[in-house]
Amino acid sequence: MAFDDETRARLRADAAEIVGRYPKARSALLPLLHLVQSEDGYVSDDGIAFCAEVLGCTETEVRGVATFYTMYKHSPAAEYQVGVCTNTVCAIMGGDQIYSDLVTHVGGDGHEPGHGEDVKSPDGKVAVERVECNAACDYAPVVMVNWEFFDNQTPESARKLVDDLRSGTPVRPTRGPGRLCTWKEASRVLAGFGDGQAADGPTAGPASLLGLKIAKERGWEAPQP
Amino acid sequence: MTDTLTPILSVNWDEHDAYRLEGYKRGGGYEALDKALAMQPDDVIATVKNAGLRGRGGAGFPTGMKWSFIPQGDGKPHYLTVNADESEPGACKDMPLLMANPHVLIEGIIITCYAIRSSHAFIYIRGEVLHVIRRLQLAVAEAYEAGFLGQDIRGSGFDLDIVVHPGAGAYICGEETALLTSLEGYRGLPRNKPPFPAVEGLYASPTVVNNVETIASVPEIITKGADWFAALGTEKSNGHGIFSLSGHVANPGQFEAPLGITLRELLDLAGGIRPGHRLKFWTPGGSSSSFLTDEHLDVPLDYEQVGAAGSMLGTRSLQIFDETTCSLRAALRWTEFYQHESCGKCTPCREGSYWLVRAIERLENGKGTDEDLDMILDVSGNIMGRAFCALGDSVPVPITSAIKYFRDEIIQHQKEGGCPFDPAASTAWADSAGADR
Repeated sequence: MAFDDETRARLRADAAEIVGRYPKARSALLPLLHLVQSEDGYVSDDGIAFCAEVLGCTETEVRGVATFYTMYKHSPAAEYQVGVCTNTVCAIMGGDQIYSDLVTHVGGDGHEPGHGEDVKSPDGKVAVERVECNAACDYAPVVMVNWEFFDNQTPESARKLVDDLRSGTPVRPTRGPGRLCTWKEASRVLAGFGDGQAADGPTAGPASLLGLKIAKERGWEAPQP
Repeated sequence: MTDTLTPILSVNWDEHDAYRLEGYKRGGGYEALDKALAMQPDDVIATVKNAGLRGRGGAGFPTGMKWSFIPQGDGKPHYLTVNADESEPGACKDMPLLMANPHVLIEGIIITCYAIRSSHAFIYIRGEVLHVIRRLQLAVAEAYEAGFLGQDIRGSGFDLDIVVHPGAGAYICGEETALLTSLEGYRGLPRNKPPFPAVEGLYASPTVVNNVETIASVPEIITKGADWFAALGTEKSNGHGIFSLSGHVANPGQFEAPLGITLRELLDLAGGIRPGHRLKFWTPGGSSSSFLTDEHLDVPLDYEQVGAAGSMLGTRSLQIFDETTCSLRAALRWTEFYQHESCGKCTPCREGSYWLVRAIERLENGKGTDEDLDMILDVSGNIMGRAFCALGDSVPVPITSAIKYFRDEIIQHQKEGGCPFDPAASTAWADSAGADR
């Protein structure tokens, strides 16, 4: 099913803005894929065709790029993609247990999902997947929801997080805005269209501030010239 | 005597509006820009050269020298691309920096572009950090509104546009040529060097690719001078850097210090190894840097001396593991990561990472044999130095360091027919009373 006229016109206007950022149009492909993902929740066939049309390249070329990058989904994503970091530090600090717990908790059928596979809750609201190191190792174990940080998780806190997401109880990222956006909304921010939430949330988390705090307590500072 | 910690890039992170233009300006932000715009571009390059600033993304290449490789008067557009793809396992410094203090990067970009005569800069940021991206987008918008970006910046006649470009999940795009290929809208495959990006980079034009922290260090060098920066750190590793401690320490976190601080000093600030445990092994610069152990607590953390200890400073990502950790499990997970992230372009990395994972898995499960160990060393030797890019060279690092320091432990897996470690003992909640299980 192709995009209807109204959707097409809207996406066309967004695409023109994206392409306009770059000296060469082809550079717009990654943000365009985020854009179509914000429409359908994944890189749909319509989305592929749309990108190819905007950039004047083949659908095969677009698909070749879309399949290279792990953030692009090839089947509809859940409203909330819950990514458990299972790279080494997080895994060892408990990420492995959090992940296997959540897979069971959302109702996985018991088989160990492969890399890049996710496990969806029966209501389709939440999908649990493994993610690689997300640059928050000082907050291990870390869980990401729609690419927002949920720091210092335990199996219990992660189960509650998933339950809250499923029941519609508001959850707040540890270092992020007060309102957690949906997968589609997050994709739109990635395409370069702000959601007005940048000024929400803390400047930095406690682990980020540890060195600064100690320096201030001890009167340490950078030397003056 | 310089203080143990020297917050410079992190000095304002505890202010509620540090990431806003007004918050940044309150601390003297954008004053370096006016000073730089009053200098000749070549003098800006010379200042950064004299400061001895070296790449903070891991390779440690002299920054001023990289800038001076950009041919001038060549009639081609020049580009600056900031590598904000921070994805090295253990690396977690650039993301908090950009969340808390994005304007210091933007000011650094403007000064750098003025120096290399570029009017178009890109910040290639990994996509999986939504709130960091929001902060960066806001900061760029504020900088345009205040006239720090756009046409005729501060009446200097210099024009600059910055594009925030989120990636889409691919560790390989932290490699500078793969990053450029990705930024051009293709699969992120690395390219041959030479030609280096300074000659043929983005759109085959001269391009500087620098890490976030490198560019963010520029404004203070302009403000305080090359000598000030060069006086910090050690003889050949000048200046300051953010050191990230993670894993089995009492208080993980970020510490900004002169290069040359030791793990012993950092551990002391982080409250030591978590109570009741002792240091087993650590990485000084993420998963691509060889393990070090408690023999190396006093190695000054600079480019030369970490290298001399058999590892590399890398991104100063100190991942700390105590005696509850199975070194094979750690090595296996990192090798699985490299297998997953290998772009597939070259055979040694693509095939080598695959076969290493299979053999390490057998060892970890207690089903390994002596032939597996030999095969691992053989495959490792055939990856190292033979892969297309630096990702390949990193693939054998975790397992070869595990074999180097913990061969007995690997043999114990074989003897016991399984892993002798209890993963539950390594978790963050293992030692807390009434721990949630």
